[in-house]
Amino acid sequence: MREYRTTRDIVGPLLLIEKVVDVTYGELVELEYPDGTRSLGNVLEIDGDVALVQAFEGTRGSNPKDTKATFLGRSLELGVSRDILGRVFDGLGRPADGGPEIIPDERRSIYGAPINPVARDFPDDFIQTGVSAIDGLNPLVRGQKLPIFSGSGLPHNELAAQIARQSAVLARSGAADQAGEKLEGEFAVVFAAMGITFEDADFFTNEFRTTAAIERTVLFLNLADDPAVERIATPRMALTAAEYLAYTCDMHVLVILTDMTYYCEALREVSAARKEVPGRRGYPGYLYTDLATIYERAGRVKGRAGSITQVPILSMPDDDKTHPIPDLTGYITEGQIILDRNLHRRGVYPPIAVLPSLSRLKQKGIGPGKTREDHADVSNQLFGAYASGIQAKELAVILGEAALSDTDKAFVAFADAFEDQFIRQGTHEERSVAETLALGWKLVAQLPRTELKRIRDEYVAKYMSSEAGD
Amino acid sequence: MEQGHIIKVAGPLVVARGLVESKMYDLVRVGEDGLMGEIIEMRGDRASIQVYEETDGLGPGDPVVATGAPLSVELGPGMLEAVYDGVQRPLDVLERQAGSFLSRGISAPGLDREKRWTFVPSVEPGTRVSGGDIIGVVQENVVVEHRILVPPALSGVIESITGGDFTVRDTVATLVDDEGGVHDLAMMQVWPVRVPRPYKKKVSADEPLTTGTRVIDTFFPIVKGGVACIPGPFGAGKTVTQHQIAKWSDAEVVVFIGCGERGNEMTDVLMEFPELVDPYSGEPLMKRTVLVANTSNMPVAAREASVYTGITMAEYFRDMGYNVVLQADSTSRWAEAMREISGRLEEMPGDEGFPAYLGTRLAAFYERAGKVECLGSVPAGASVARTGSISVIGSVSPPGGDLSEPVVQNTLRVVKVFWALQDQLAYQRHFPAIDWLTSYSLYVDKVTPHWAADVSKDFRARRDEAMSILQRENELAEIVRLVGLEALSPEEQILMETAKSIREDFLQQNAFRDDDQFSSLAEQDRLLSTILLFHAKALEAHAAGASLADIFAAPVRERIARAKYLAPDQMAEYDSIASDIETQLVGGARPEAAVASAGGER
Ligand SMILES: Nc1ncnc2c1ncn2[C@@H]1O[C@H](COP(=O)(O)OP(=O)(O)O)[C@@H](O)[C@H]1O
Ligand SMILES: [Mg+2]
Repeated sequence: MREYRTTRDIVGPLLLIEKVVDVTYGELVELEYPDGTRSLGNVLEIDGDVALVQAFEGTRGSNPKDTKATFLGRSLELGVSRDILGRVFDGLGRPADGGPEIIPDERRSIYGAPINPVARDFPDDFIQTGVSAIDGLNPLVRGQKLPIFSGSGLPHNELAAQIARQSAVLARSGAADQAGEKLEGEFAVVFAAMGITFEDADFFTNEFRTTAAIERTVLFLNLADDPAVERIATPRMALTAAEYLAYTCDMHVLVILTDMTYYCEALREVSAARKEVPGRRGYPGYLYTDLATIYERAGRVKGRAGSITQVPILSMPDDDKTHPIPDLTGYITEGQIILDRNLHRRGVYPPIAVLPSLSRLKQKGIGPGKTREDHADVSNQLFGAYASGIQAKELAVILGEAALSDTDKAFVAFADAFEDQFIRQGTHEERSVAETLALGWKLVAQLPRTELKRIRDEYVAKYMSSEAGD
Repeated sequence: MEQGHIIKVAGPLVVARGLVESKMYDLVRVGEDGLMGEIIEMRGDRASIQVYEETDGLGPGDPVVATGAPLSVELGPGMLEAVYDGVQRPLDVLERQAGSFLSRGISAPGLDREKRWTFVPSVEPGTRVSGGDIIGVVQENVVVEHRILVPPALSGVIESITGGDFTVRDTVATLVDDEGGVHDLAMMQVWPVRVPRPYKKKVSADEPLTTGTRVIDTFFPIVKGGVACIPGPFGAGKTVTQHQIAKWSDAEVVVFIGCGERGNEMTDVLMEFPELVDPYSGEPLMKRTVLVANTSNMPVAAREASVYTGITMAEYFRDMGYNVVLQADSTSRWAEAMREISGRLEEMPGDEGFPAYLGTRLAAFYERAGKVECLGSVPAGASVARTGSISVIGSVSPPGGDLSEPVVQNTLRVVKVFWALQDQLAYQRHFPAIDWLTSYSLYVDKVTPHWAADVSKDFRARRDEAMSILQRENELAEIVRLVGLEALSPEEQILMETAKSIREDFLQQNAFRDDDQFSSLAEQDRLLSTILLFHAKALEAHAAGASLADIFAAPVRERIARAKYLAPDQMAEYDSIASDIETQLVGGARPEAAVASAGGER
C-alpha cells in the first residue's frame, strides 16, 4: 500500500513523511488533510524512508496526525490533445472553465526534456510585431525567448497583448530592397498567469475573446489568491501544452508567461522552508538553473514545422534591473525589452527604453530576403544617434542648450523626434517593417551626413532621399 | 565490480551505501538506467555521488554499480568537428539514438568505434621511445594532422608498428618496456579529466595570439599560452567576443565550452563554423574546432565536469605541439554548479554561498593553461622535443554586473588579461564594449619585440600614444561636463576629436559585418597610424593658423571613418588617405574652393 498517515513535520508548504517505501525523487503525491482539503505535491528529497514533499496547494488544514499521503508512482503530468485549444485551466492543469475533462492523446511529464543542442534549428524568421521600437531596433524572431522587463503600473500587458494581436511572419522576399508579404500560418497562444490579479487576467481573456483568438488560445491561470507554490508548476504546464502544439501539431506557438517575479517568489518560499543556503537576496542559488529549464523550452527543432516563441513578463522590484530575477532572466533569454517609467510619465506608449533593450537574434532575422538589406545599418545608426542625443541632453541639463556644439544640437533634436515619432505609437497602430524603416530614414536624414558612420554609402545613396522624402 | 544501493536522493546528488572499495572521483552507474555519476564525498560507508543526468524516478534501494575508474575522456582521432556534452557524450550520436530531446540513460563513447583512420607510422621498429613521443600521424582532416603519442607514463622500445586503416582501438604498435612487459598501443588514449596531463616544463609565453579584434590585439593583447577573462553583465558582449576569438585567432585548434549558457548559441556555432573560412588555412573553421555543449537546461553536474572535459582535450592537442585556444562561456555557471552541489552536500558555504574552495578550483583550472615543452625525446640537434600552448579565455557573468563578487575576484587573481565589458558602451552599441580605461593586459611588454619584428617598429609607440589620448580624453570630458567645450584649448579640442576618431573609427568593430569582423595586425597598424597622422597634422595646421572648424570639416575624415572597411588588398588606399591628410590640413585660412576641390578628389 502506498498510502501513509505518517507525517512527522509540516513547515510552510513542506511535509516530512516517514516510514515510506519505494518512493522516488520527483514522485507525485496526493495529500488529503483532516478538514477534507486536498492538495497535490511532489517529492523534493528522499532520505531512507523519509520523504520531503512540497504541497502545491499549501498545507492549510493539514496536521501531522491525520494527513493522508498517497504516492502515485509517476511525476506531475499534463494530459494533452488538440482539444486543449480554447480552454481555460487552473495552475495545475485542471479545467477551470466548467468545460469537460480533456480526453488526452497522451500524458506528458511537465518537466519536459532538454532539446539536444544539435537538434535545434536556429531561429531566423522575422516576426513583424507592428511595433517600431521592436521591429526596427530589437526585432523578435520565431523561436526566440524575449522577455518584457517592466514595473508596477507600466503598460506591459497592453504591449504583450499588442504583440500577440499583431504578430505575423513575412514571406521570404526575392528582392533585397523589399520585405515579403504577411504569411498566414497555424499559430496558437499559450498564456500562463502566475499570481497576477483577476483584473489583469481578465484583460487578457477579453483581449483574446474580442480578437477571436480565443479559439487558438490555451490559458493556465494561477491568480493572486491561488496557492503560491502551485505557481512552480504553472509555467511548466503551459510549456508542456506548447510543446505538444508546436512539435506534435506543427503550430507556431507564442507563450506569454506573467508574472515571472511571482514564480520566483514561490521558489524562494520553498527554498526558505527547506533552510537552504540562499544566494542573492534570499533567492536560492539554483534560481538560474531553474529559470533556464523554463526559458530554454523556447525554440525550433530541426525537422519539425512548429516553434515556440516566449514572451515572459516580469516586474522588476524597485525598477531595479540588477535584482536577481531580471538579472538571471537576462542571462538566459535572448535579449530583453525594458519598459521605462520616465517615458511612461511623459506619455510615450510603448515606453520602451530602446538602448538597454536588446534582441540577440536580430542579426539572423533581418536583412535582404527577410526584411530589407538596409535594416541592420539603419538600426545601428538609430541606436548610435539616439545614444549621442541622450548624452548631449545630459550635457545640456548642466550647461544649457546654448553651450552645445551644432552637432550636439542636431543630436538633441534627433532624440526628441525619435521618441515622439519612432517609439511612440498607438496600442492598435500596426506599422509594417517598411513603414518603420521609412520612419528611421526620415529621422537620420536630420543628422549631418558625416555622422552617418554606421550606414553603408550605397544604402545612403539608395534610400536616403526616397525614403526620407526630401 | 562492487554494487551498492541508493539511500538518499536530493536533486543531482545521490547518497549510496556499499561502495567501500571505490575511490573518490570514481565513476559509478546509478539506478536501473545506469545513469553516469561520480563519487565526490565519502563518509564511512556512505558515498555522495553527483549524477550527470536528471535523477527523477530514482529512490532508495536502487542499485549503484562501481566502475573502478575515474571520470575520463577518450583522446584520439575523431574529436575535431565533434560536439560533446559535459561528460564527452557525442550529441549528434545521441540525437540519432534518441531523437531531438535528450532522454536519460542513453550513452555513446566519445570516439567512434567503427570509423577507420589511416595511420602512417613515423618510427621504425627498434626505436627507443618515451612518453609523449610521436609514433605516427593520422591526417584527421585537411587542416589538422593528428599526432599519435606514446602515453605519458610509458617508455621502451617499439617492437612492431604497422601503417594502414585502423579503428581507434586497434593495435597499431607494440612497445616493450624495460622490464620486458609488452604493451599494445592504439590510437586512442584515455585520461582522467581532473588530472592535468603532464609536460616537461612550462616556458615563458610571449608570442601574441592574434585575434583580429582591434581593441584586443592593439590595446590588450593576449599571448599564445596566456590567460584572460571577460567579465560583464548580460548583453555586454562576452559571447560574441569569444565567438570572434574562436573564429579568427591564429590558433591551430580551438576548444569551445558552452558551460551552462544558451542552446541557440551552440546551434549558431554549429551552423556558422562549417560555412566560415579560416583566414589562415582557407578551410572551414569547424575543422579545427571541438565543441563542448552543456547548456543551462542540461544537468548541472555535467556542467561542473564540462570545463575539465574541455581542458583535458585541449591538453592532448597541446601535447602534439599545437597552439590551442580554450574558451569557457561562462565560468560563472561552472562556479554555480559547484555551489549547487556543495549546497546539497551541506558544506559550510563561503562568500555568497559559494564553496570555500572556489578560489582554489578556479586557480587550478587556469593553471592548466600555458606554453610548455612537451613530453618526448629531444631530437638530435634540437633543444626541445616540441612546444605547445593552451590559451584559456573565460567569460564571467557577475550578478548585476557587480565585479566585486567572488567569481570575478578569484579569477582576477590568476588571469593576466582583463577585458572589462561595460553595459553603457553596449547600450550605445559601441562594440566590442571593452572598456579601454579599466581593461588591462600584462603581456604588452612581452609582445612588443614581436610587434617590432612582425608589424612595425613603431607599433608599440603608436599604441601607447593612442592609449594616452584616450586617457586624456577621459580627464578632459570631466571638464567639459562641468564648464563646456569652450573651456578647452584648441589643442585639447583637437585631442577630443582624435579620441572620438580612435573610439569610433578604430575601436568599434562590428562582428556581424564581413568587411569589419577581422583586422590583421598590419591593417590595425595602418588604421591607427592614419588616425594619429591626422592628429599630428591637425595640430600643425592649427599652429600654422588654420581654424578648428576647417580642420574638423576636412573631407578626408570621412575616408578615415570608412577605412576600417577596406579589404586587405586595398592597403594602398591608406597612402592616398595620407596624402589627402597632407593636402587638406594646411596652415592659414583656406579659400572654400580649396576645401571643395580637395573633397572632390575622392
Ligand atoms: N562585436 C560586436 N559587434 C556587433 N554586435 C555585438 C558585438 N558584441 C556584442 N554585440 C551585440 O550584443 C549582443 C549581446 O552580446 P553577447 O556576446 O551575447 O553578450 P553576453 O554574452 O555578454 O550576454 C549581441 O547579440 C549583439 O547584438
Ligand atoms: Mg553570453
